[in-house]
Amino acid sequence: MTKTDYASVMARKGDIMLSSLGIDYAPFMAHPAMFDYEALMGLVPYDIDQVRQIQLRAGVGSTALIELRQITRLARKLAPKGKGARIFVKDEAANPSGSYKARRAALSLHHAEHAGFKGVVTATSGNYGAAVASQAARRNLACVVVQEVYDSHGIGQPEILEKGRACEIYGAEVAQLSVGPELFYSFLRVLEETGYFNASLYTPFAIAGVEPLGFEIVEQMRDATGTTPDVVICTHAGGGNLTGTARGLRKAGADHTQIIGASVDLTGLHMASDSDFNRKHFTTGHTGFGIPFAGWPDRTDVPRNAARVLRYMDRYLLLKQGEVFYMTEVLARLEGLERGPAGNISLAAAFALSQEMDADQTIVVQETEYAGAGKQPSAQLDFARRRGIDILRGDSESEIPGQNVIIPDEPGRIRVRDVDMTKLRRSLVKKVVAMSEPGTCGDDLVNFLAEETQMRRADVAALI
Amino acid sequence: MTSLAGNWVQIHNIVLRPDQRPETLPAETRAVPLELRVKGWQITGRAEIGEEIRIRTVLDREQTGTLIAVNPEYGHDFGRAIPELLAAGDEVVAMMRNTPKEG
Repeated sequence: MTKTDYASVMARKGDIMLSSLGIDYAPFMAHPAMFDYEALMGLVPYDIDQVRQIQLRAGVGSTALIELRQITRLARKLAPKGKGARIFVKDEAANPSGSYKARRAALSLHHAEHAGFKGVVTATSGNYGAAVASQAARRNLACVVVQEVYDSHGIGQPEILEKGRACEIYGAEVAQLSVGPELFYSFLRVLEETGYFNASLYTPFAIAGVEPLGFEIVEQMRDATGTTPDVVICTHAGGGNLTGTARGLRKAGADHTQIIGASVDLTGLHMASDSDFNRKHFTTGHTGFGIPFAGWPDRTDVPRNAARVLRYMDRYLLLKQGEVFYMTEVLARLEGLERGPAGNISLAAAFALSQEMDADQTIVVQETEYAGAGKQPSAQLDFARRRGIDILRGDSESEIPGQNVIIPDEPGRIRVRDVDMTKLRRSLVKKVVAMSEPGTCGDDLVNFLAEETQMRRADVAALI
Repeated sequence: MTSLAGNWVQIHNIVLRPDQRPETLPAETRAVPLELRVKGWQITGRAEIGEEIRIRTVLDREQTGTLIAVNPEYGHDFGRAIPELLAAGDEVVAMMRNTPKEG
């Protein structure tokens, strides 16, 4: 009989992943780190028009691009004369499950269906669970969602409870776990028990599914302004959102658009800590995922992660929790749009950045997410306050994750903080070199790392 | 509380005891077990809270665990308004009232 203890299941990790993906990763595993990324993405046998057709049939995509005229006016009021770029937002909340994640789920499950799987499994506490459950429902596929929900006292924060409820409403079986990275063990056990497809966020399908989002932005911006956007800002966690959007932008010809990632700063809170778990007021789009995934993408439930942000990201900005809650309020009050806070991380970044850019330039915030019980700032912050977190007005800079949330006392407080991209890039290069056999750091590896980090070949060579 | 077969219920299981959890975890996480909660239709004829029962999930998968709730509330809601945010909203609306609209 197959052993199901922790060590035995983890030892079978490679085999379980391979049989549950319907993708042959072997050609990409010859070297410990180097592989042909475009060949990996080439495993998706559809061009972008075909992906859009598949998504159209699934009710996904073609969301509105809305100009945020009032927020732009507010930015211009604060900015030096002649500054204040126009801000637009892609209203991804209009997708079937209420977020852009429907795009990733739609293509992944199309692939699962064609590969003959009877069901799908996903490990996520985020909007992706509802997206997979929703797309599974449309295709008559069984769906299991494995979620990290509760601390050891059985308390779950409103946003995560809501995400579990959404999965249930679409007919998924939801395995609700307490805090711990061994969620992966439970996930592998479900894959083994069911023989279902691993609807990972990080397969080439899950990334190619985001490309139409970037493509649509370019089409809609050309209609609205006559040209491509100067800046597109993506909320960054695991990297698929930014990677897929950037690839779509390029495919639509937006070669000069600056691509910026934005995360909420949760520095100091440990992702695997039972006591920190309910002290994070954002459950995604934060530095707990964003920084490690940017610097080292291959830490996921697939052998090679197709989401690789350093290949595309030009800047990486951090926002405070209070700043994002503030902009969520501003979006409702000035634009009449009630949307979930996590999607507004890049909106807060756009608001600050707009004030540094010329008034004839443009910024696209590339997503919103649905709002509802559990997802509002009121739900998350009331929960936080009842658990002893101070909610104060003041200077965003004084926010300490896990202790307080500082709602800016004036909109001019909102500002962006650059993550040192050079450091992230260099640390990736050094890690790859350390993993490579001595004497194998030739031109191929230099080329791979130059593409992987957008560094110049000479700079990579110098580091090696 | 007695629960009968056919009820929509929630069960609880210990997936890993503290001593089975990886040593790399933060101490506070490793001090407690990894727990699992799942909902489904009760198969066991009659049970009290705290007794071991069998359930059938929405996917027709049978699972065993300790009965912890009958049709548990979701419980999450909108919370209370956050006065600090309401005030911030009022402030920006007032600021914009005094700002002329462009073309």
